[in-house]
Amino acid sequence: MQNVDFTLCEGEIHALMGENGAGKSTLIKVLTGVYEKDEGEIFLKGMNKAAVIRSPQDAQKLGISTVYQEITLCPNLSVAENMYIARGKGAGQNWKKMNADADKILKSLDIPAKATQQLSSCSIAIQQMVAIARAVDMDCKVLILDEPTSSLDEQEVQKLFGLMRDLKKRGVGIIFVTHFLDQVYEVSDKITVLRDGKLVGEYEIETLPRVKLVAKMLGKELDDMEEIRDDSLVYKGKDADETVFEAKGLQSNAGIKPFDFYIKRGEVNGFTGLLGSGRSECVRAIFGADRMLHGEVKKNGKKIKISKPIDAMKNGIAYLPEDRKIDGIIGDLSVRENIILALQVLKGFFKPFTKAQAYKFADEYIKLLEIKTASADTPIKSLSGGNQQKVILARWLLMNPEYLILDEPTRGIDIGTKIEIQKLVLKLASEGMSVTFISSETDEMLRTCSRLVVMRDRKVVGELSGEDLTQNKIMSTIAGGDR
Amino acid sequence: MQKNNSKSSVAKAFSGIFRNQLFIPIAALLLLALFNFIMDPSFFAISFGHNSAGNPVLSGRLITILDNGSELAILAIGMTLVTAASGGQDISVGAAIAIAGSVILRVLCGGQVSPEHLQAPIIVGFLAACIVAMLFGAFNGVLVAYFKIQPMVATLILYTAGRSIASWINNSQLPIVNEPKFGYFGGLIPGIPIPTPFIIAVICMIVMALVLKFTNLGLYTQAVGINESSSKLNGLNPKFIKLLSFIILGLCVAVAALIKVSRVSTINYSVVAKDIEMDAILAVALGGNALSGGKFSMPASIIGAYVIQFLTTTLYKFNVRADALPAYKAAVIILLVVLSAPVVREKLSSLGKKLKSGTRVKEVG
Amino acid sequence: MKDKKSSSGGISIGARIKGMSDTNLLLVITIIVFFVMYIGAMVFQGGSFLKPQAFLNILNQQAALIIVSCGLSLVMITGGIDISVGGVVALVSMSCAVYLDYLGGNIVVSILIALAIGLAFGLVQGYLVAYLEIQPFIVTLAGMFFARGMTTIVHTNPFNVANEKFVKLKDTRITIPFLGSNNAKGMYIPAYIEIGVIVALVIVIVFFCLLRWTKLGRGFYAVGGNQYSALMLGINVKRTKFISHLLSGILAGIGGFVYFLHIGSGSPSHATGMEMDAIASSIIGGTMLTGGVGNIIGTFFGVLSLSTIQNIVALAGLDEPWWIGITRAAMLCLFLVVQSIIIANKNKD
Repeated sequence: MQNVDFTLCEGEIHALMGENGAGKSTLIKVLTGVYEKDEGEIFLKGMNKAAVIRSPQDAQKLGISTVYQEITLCPNLSVAENMYIARGKGAGQNWKKMNADADKILKSLDIPAKATQQLSSCSIAIQQMVAIARAVDMDCKVLILDEPTSSLDEQEVQKLFGLMRDLKKRGVGIIFVTHFLDQVYEVSDKITVLRDGKLVGEYEIETLPRVKLVAKMLGKELDDMEEIRDDSLVYKGKDADETVFEAKGLQSNAGIKPFDFYIKRGEVNGFTGLLGSGRSECVRAIFGADRMLHGEVKKNGKKIKISKPIDAMKNGIAYLPEDRKIDGIIGDLSVRENIILALQVLKGFFKPFTKAQAYKFADEYIKLLEIKTASADTPIKSLSGGNQQKVILARWLLMNPEYLILDEPTRGIDIGTKIEIQKLVLKLASEGMSVTFISSETDEMLRTCSRLVVMRDRKVVGELSGEDLTQNKIMSTIAGGDR
Repeated sequence: MQKNNSKSSVAKAFSGIFRNQLFIPIAALLLLALFNFIMDPSFFAISFGHNSAGNPVLSGRLITILDNGSELAILAIGMTLVTAASGGQDISVGAAIAIAGSVILRVLCGGQVSPEHLQAPIIVGFLAACIVAMLFGAFNGVLVAYFKIQPMVATLILYTAGRSIASWINNSQLPIVNEPKFGYFGGLIPGIPIPTPFIIAVICMIVMALVLKFTNLGLYTQAVGINESSSKLNGLNPKFIKLLSFIILGLCVAVAALIKVSRVSTINYSVVAKDIEMDAILAVALGGNALSGGKFSMPASIIGAYVIQFLTTTLYKFNVRADALPAYKAAVIILLVVLSAPVVREKLSSLGKKLKSGTRVKEVG
Repeated sequence: MKDKKSSSGGISIGARIKGMSDTNLLLVITIIVFFVMYIGAMVFQGGSFLKPQAFLNILNQQAALIIVSCGLSLVMITGGIDISVGGVVALVSMSCAVYLDYLGGNIVVSILIALAIGLAFGLVQGYLVAYLEIQPFIVTLAGMFFARGMTTIVHTNPFNVANEKFVKLKDTRITIPFLGSNNAKGMYIPAYIEIGVIVALVIVIVFFCLLRWTKLGRGFYAVGGNQYSALMLGINVKRTKFISHLLSGILAGIGGFVYFLHIGSGSPSHATGMEMDAIASSIIGGTMLTGGVGNIIGTFFGVLSLSTIQNIVALAGLDEPWWIGITRAAMLCLFLVVQSIIIANKNKD
């Protein structure tokens, strides 16, 4: 990141936008003292000298509090401790007062957790809310929210927005980073756009319509935001009506109700529902990532047994997991090794690819998917989120699967890559691959899928296709039928 | 332009050397060699002669290092795999050597204290030791992989019990093998002047190199060590791979045990291979491998093992008492580790830059 | 979520276990196991177990281990490890022995020597681990080598200390009224503890309070739970790690002196394997090597459990030397497996 000016006024919500790798996280980490800056100064209100921020403690003392995208709380401590640790004066720890205070705040924010509960026993969404509660309670002047909504559902997001507006009234300046455009336009006053580590500009929200914002972020005009599906992208093979994969009464140990499912050749379908409704658990059950309890699965009409991922892979099923960092990338390994891994495992322990073969595969896909990496030997962890996702995608495409499952392939990556991935999905399907596509953004699913399985409370509650595929219909099905 | 390019490529090559994992262990080795060369060039003398039995033999300190470092090098191979796969270390290898050695003696002596003849062929004894050592390796592996106990803690069990078990196997007796052939493994094979332990160690290295080349052991181990959950979704079985690494280490232990008991033709349960686990872990760390698992370099670990042996031999040469040895070893280790610590390297490089810019300013002034 | 609410209506044991923090759950298990074991020994083996002095003897013998284990638990809770403690104990014993016997020094100075040695190890190791970010295992391994080597450099052979004042202090017995028993001849022998036990108990209480009721103490848990998060929460991670190693070093120094006071001699082979005993005690006491979970009271009971099992084995007539090693290992194994199963089940939810 170089040469970025950024101004935050009292009582405003300032959205920080940019593609992945644009430097948003870096800017925030410099502001909060996680990274050291090489040049430049930070000024705060009421101080005529540049502020010295060398560590998160310094930032905290100056009234800058932060909620990060990843949960930065200690799982082994209680909820109350996580809210109050490293704050306040004195060396002693007053448990009674702390728990009482914590309970009060949790209650006022409607967070369903107890102060004395161990944090690891809370769901991810609640943990994120606790992190927000901590930041809000700190009496801060500047509040930084780095993708706080990615693990929250619609209701919780609304609660958070209410809170943000409250704080704004009290004169707190809020920096808001998100990938959801709707959310930006719902709460923000100003937008600052970064691209490739440089400042693009600062804009009032009224003066920057959505299309222009996207253009600024990408650095090019975007003409294909809306419709990317057309008739040329429909699979027209003779076997188009064949069912590729079928599951009956499938149930895993991840706590979903038994469900039926099928997919045809060249079809793109998807699971939709609120966060935690069991979308991912369904596809994980199909792939054998969770232990299967009941049910039977058929591939091309033949009964098969899937008890672990390798079984699914042998049957031509590929699965791009929801959480890229935890389940996807193998951080220290090179892009090349990450790309060939799945095919290599499929090929067998005693048959390693030669180096030349591996390079050939890697280079082919780096070119095909336009992965931005210094070389095939670069460790994958030094790539930006979108490019990491492309590498994982390459890994599965290399396997040339018959049936590809993509669980939130577009989460946390920039718009340009999002659209690239959606287009790729449709192209693959037109060539005869069956794809299941899951995304929290409904419009993405509407653009790509021709059939949607709707889930609520870990149960399949409906199936929509054809003319029923509208935002409203999906919402009403998720909410509970025909009311 | 071209000049500039060649300059930068030279710089790149240099920084490549510095960044290479083999740099630290090799630099340490060279440093030790240089030190010895300055203090006493005869350190490197290798002479050819005949021992008391009339066999040809190479002697000299370098040979001693290669000879005595064999067990450590063999263990370092297995320890590297365990470290990479499980992100922890096996501290029971010394105790396991005692067990495996005890098994060999038990089989060869058949429960007698000092039999005239071997009660079983040597190969049977060795195979029995292999099986037992691999079983104990599997025990550690199961605790680590299936019960998810941290490796250091899981192997603490065998560390505590190992030497007791070893003494139990032979009913607290110390059997002696009287067959001269048994001494070949820890000494010399008639007609070959190179110490057998070194030959065995080289064979182990070659086997490991072949395994790494012709199987996916390296890739799988690293993948599991770096991201277990992701490896699982790529069709790997992380538990099995961890278990496998412990079993391979068990095999290394059995080989090392054969050399150890062969050297003296008997065993002392409380002393045999004492503290060797610490040396083996150190070899892995000196090789620049992260003790928290993930990527590894096998050659670096093996060189690390010989660095430690080189250090030991050097210290002996300066008449350091065996029991005071650890103190000096510790000082050298700390020095090496501090110098190779990323934080220190960063500071040194920034200091270097500052000095450079400082001199430039002076020149201008 | 809904299921959870409906099931927590009646408070079952299962629900209670679920509500407990990992630290408390493991602590409860440790204490229960200790009492079951000890009472079992009293019922089935009887003999000396019935006398209060048997219990006090465990304390007398293990006072040093208790102190050292406290320090180790602290480091382990922070997510580190310190395997230099056994070596430090040996070095302290030897140094004090040489000072008192050959140099004819006084006891106060010898205590200061013990503290200084511990402090020095704590400072150096803490600095290397915390500020130079070197793996604690390697640093303290070198520390152990160094301490062991230094011990033999200070003096090679084992010897008993004859310094009068010291012997007097060593033989000081603090009698406890009402807990005595009659010996075979019917003579009343009062129960006693050594000075070291008082030191150990004070340290257990002080460090329990430190971990429970101070911000520094909670910081140890936070750093052990998730180092990166702790940093983001505004904890000075480096300083916290440094302090944990510093305290461990100082406690090893104190433990060394208590050990010396109990055994009254210096020897290079003193406290061999004590670091492993201390680690084992901490683990049996519910401290997890992954960090963030543990309790000093648990560690205290861990030490007691470990030596009780040894006494039980010895009393059962299994006096072959290998039995002690094997039973201790078996006990450690049992605890580890039980802990791993309980934690796995609890977090399944």
